[in-house]
Amino acid sequence: MDNNKRLDLSYAQLKWDNVFKFILVVMSVILLIIVAGVLVTLVIQSSPTIKSIGIKFLWGNQWNPVTNAYGALPFLIGTLLTSFTALIISIPFSIAIGIYLGEYNTTGWLSNLLKNTIELIAAVPSIIYGFWALFVLVPIIKNFQLAIGVANYGVSVFTASIVLAVMIIPYAATLSMTLIKMVPSPLKEGAYALGATRYEVIKSVILPYTRSGLFAGVLLSLGRALGETMAVTMLIGNNSAIASSFKNIFFGLGSTMASVIANEFGEADHTLYFSALIELGLVLFFLTVIINLIGKRIISLYNNK
Amino acid sequence: MEHPVLSSTKFNAWFGSNHVVKDVSMAIEKNQVIAVMGPSGCGKTTFLRCINRMHELIPGASTKGSIKLYADDVYTMNPIFVRYKIGMVFQRPNPFPNLSIYDNVIAGYKLNGLKISKTEQNDIVEKSLTSAALWNEVKDSLHKKGTFLSGGQQQRLCIARAIAMEPEVILFDEPTSALDPISTASIETLFNELKEKFTLIVVTHNMQQAARISNKTAFFYMGELVEFDNTKKMFTSPNDTRTQNYITGRFS
Amino acid sequence: MEARLKLRNTKSILFKAIVIFFAFLVTIPLIVVLLFIIKQGAMQINWHFLTNVPVPEGEKGGGIANAIVGSFLIITVASVISIPIGILTGIYLSENPGTKLSYFTGLCVDILQGVPSIIIGIVVYFWLVKPLGFSGYSGSIALAIMMLPIVIRSTEQTLLLLPPSLKEAALALGVPYHMVILKVILPCGFAGISSGIILSIARIIGETAPLLFTAFGDNHLNLNMGKAMESIPRLIYTYATSAYEEQINMAWGASFILLMIVLFLNLFTKFITKKWNIQF
Repeated sequence: MDNNKRLDLSYAQLKWDNVFKFILVVMSVILLIIVAGVLVTLVIQSSPTIKSIGIKFLWGNQWNPVTNAYGALPFLIGTLLTSFTALIISIPFSIAIGIYLGEYNTTGWLSNLLKNTIELIAAVPSIIYGFWALFVLVPIIKNFQLAIGVANYGVSVFTASIVLAVMIIPYAATLSMTLIKMVPSPLKEGAYALGATRYEVIKSVILPYTRSGLFAGVLLSLGRALGETMAVTMLIGNNSAIASSFKNIFFGLGSTMASVIANEFGEADHTLYFSALIELGLVLFFLTVIINLIGKRIISLYNNK
Repeated sequence: MEHPVLSSTKFNAWFGSNHVVKDVSMAIEKNQVIAVMGPSGCGKTTFLRCINRMHELIPGASTKGSIKLYADDVYTMNPIFVRYKIGMVFQRPNPFPNLSIYDNVIAGYKLNGLKISKTEQNDIVEKSLTSAALWNEVKDSLHKKGTFLSGGQQQRLCIARAIAMEPEVILFDEPTSALDPISTASIETLFNELKEKFTLIVVTHNMQQAARISNKTAFFYMGELVEFDNTKKMFTSPNDTRTQNYITGRFS
Repeated sequence: MEARLKLRNTKSILFKAIVIFFAFLVTIPLIVVLLFIIKQGAMQINWHFLTNVPVPEGEKGGGIANAIVGSFLIITVASVISIPIGILTGIYLSENPGTKLSYFTGLCVDILQGVPSIIIGIVVYFWLVKPLGFSGYSGSIALAIMMLPIVIRSTEQTLLLLPPSLKEAALALGVPYHMVILKVILPCGFAGISSGIILSIARIIGETAPLLFTAFGDNHLNLNMGKAMESIPRLIYTYATSAYEEQINMAWGASFILLMIVLFLNLFTKFITKKWNIQF
């Protein structure tokens, strides 16, 4: 192979090098454009309501497209109520899974079985959870509602929360498992050497050490719950009025921001109605993004520790 | 007068603001084995990586001064071409794990898009593996993955891969530090044969190794080239007290 | 003292029992859901169901061929869009840590990962559907945006795990940067990257919300992606709440198929990571 040919080739390749590096940059910029585009679109499309209703939108408790009254409060309540209920139900499970897979039983077929279960829970599409619950869970809740004296539709904030709880378990569970596994063994051994029992080691070494990370996992689960659409839309009953008592709010029909968008976006027939729905999307966007970014930030701080 | 294969003049290298190679000037003649030694952090590996312009790939790295390959300054040449002409073998054997032994040897051609015929390929593979004293061991398993070989064999495969490009100079960055004594011995024997065709520059931690393999030795200390002389002379009557101290083990 | 020790030990054992109880209780809802879908859906599946389109409400027979074909086309186009962008962005992030662009791109990936799918759906509605009408393409774009963060992160993570000596070996042979990445780094990370891609497909194949206002739906078999297009999850959503038993049964059948696809893709990912992993 003669030198000149190699020299020519190497110059040609240097040119391709620069082209390639340029393409990499362009692709990364595309990501920025997509996210900026999403935000700008939401802001522009919701500007009619932002202009005519202003900040009152957030705590207005009436949602009536006929009279053009748009307040997000019913949906904020519905969203936060379903999400936090789901979160509270799911936390003991995800932390238990984290402790079991991260500390008690980290390898072997049983722990693999559980790991696969967690992965599958995350893999099943939300529409399938919704559909299943509509036919299995809803009849059960109907009886329950009858017993406590709430209109017994079966669908309710509570129904949606239960299904949501199952769906979000994997997010916090996988993260807590990873973090608990990463607890340095000298720390644990130090406690064992002092005669601590396993429970005491978990309580006074592992959990304090992983606290911020576990919190981040819970935030990621919460972020999921806030934005979850299909299963909730099918199970929450889609009622945009705020019921009079907490019992009726919690065990009765409700609506979340995501579910009202899914339900009414197709029917919106005038500009203000349309833009009110988009503004709900904008609020939801900020809510989920902030919660997710806080969670991710905690994790990255944790990983650098 | 014929140019030396490699010559550096007042060469400097930095990592950010950290001045790691200071005003190194040396000339290396053809078909020699040059040992480069010195305590860790003395800049010897950095200097080696400057010769084939690998140093500049690290973010924040910079250089000043010139290194010439014959009459041409490598810092004005195309870096890709520089690396064709100046091969390199690393501390840890690093054959491409996705390629067979055969493809590892001609990787330099294939990955560069240099088109060569099948017979030429076979030739190059056999010649390079023979020169690297590996042919007899692997000729029946050329199409197995290179990562199945032992550490010493892998390192010889990496040498074959460098030889295949027909470079002028081959740089070795502590090539035996990750190997067992027997593999080390076989690679040291190899140096003696390789210098017939190439010029070798070997960074080593190991003074005995430097004494065994090299014609000339360069001693680096705190980024400076303290002394560069015939190996025999360096180890018997060094000019500089720092060299003396290093050789007698006062610091390492 | 003796009694206290006993108490502490009992506490420890009790705690373990509680942890195990809660941890394994989680398998129950999964098993219940899976078994129910299989029971309701498996008997719906036959050749007629897979190859025919839905019949008018209340009539017997009909199938979900339109939704299967639609989902397949929408996912294929979404993959064609998102895989190259995702892999190249992942390469950029792993190759240029610490630059301003990689910080902001990484931030955007995190943001996209957290954006609820319904929001992606309505945004794409304004980008494509409002000017051009419902189309399979608009659904593909929405799903591609959902796939991107997963493909990017899995590529980035895979490449960061590769030993740096690999890149040095190639560069020292005078291999140009783009060939180092395309011919050495990518092939070595193939298992990780492709399992990330398949996982991302498994994630979006069941996504309904982004398709509601983009691909919309169509009762006829449609191969033109410029027009509205049915998909499996949207068909389930529409028929699940139907008043007609036949349609509900079709939704069970469709759920069964969707579930099987998702399970298969998840198993396939595991297979890839085991089988194609390169030893260093």
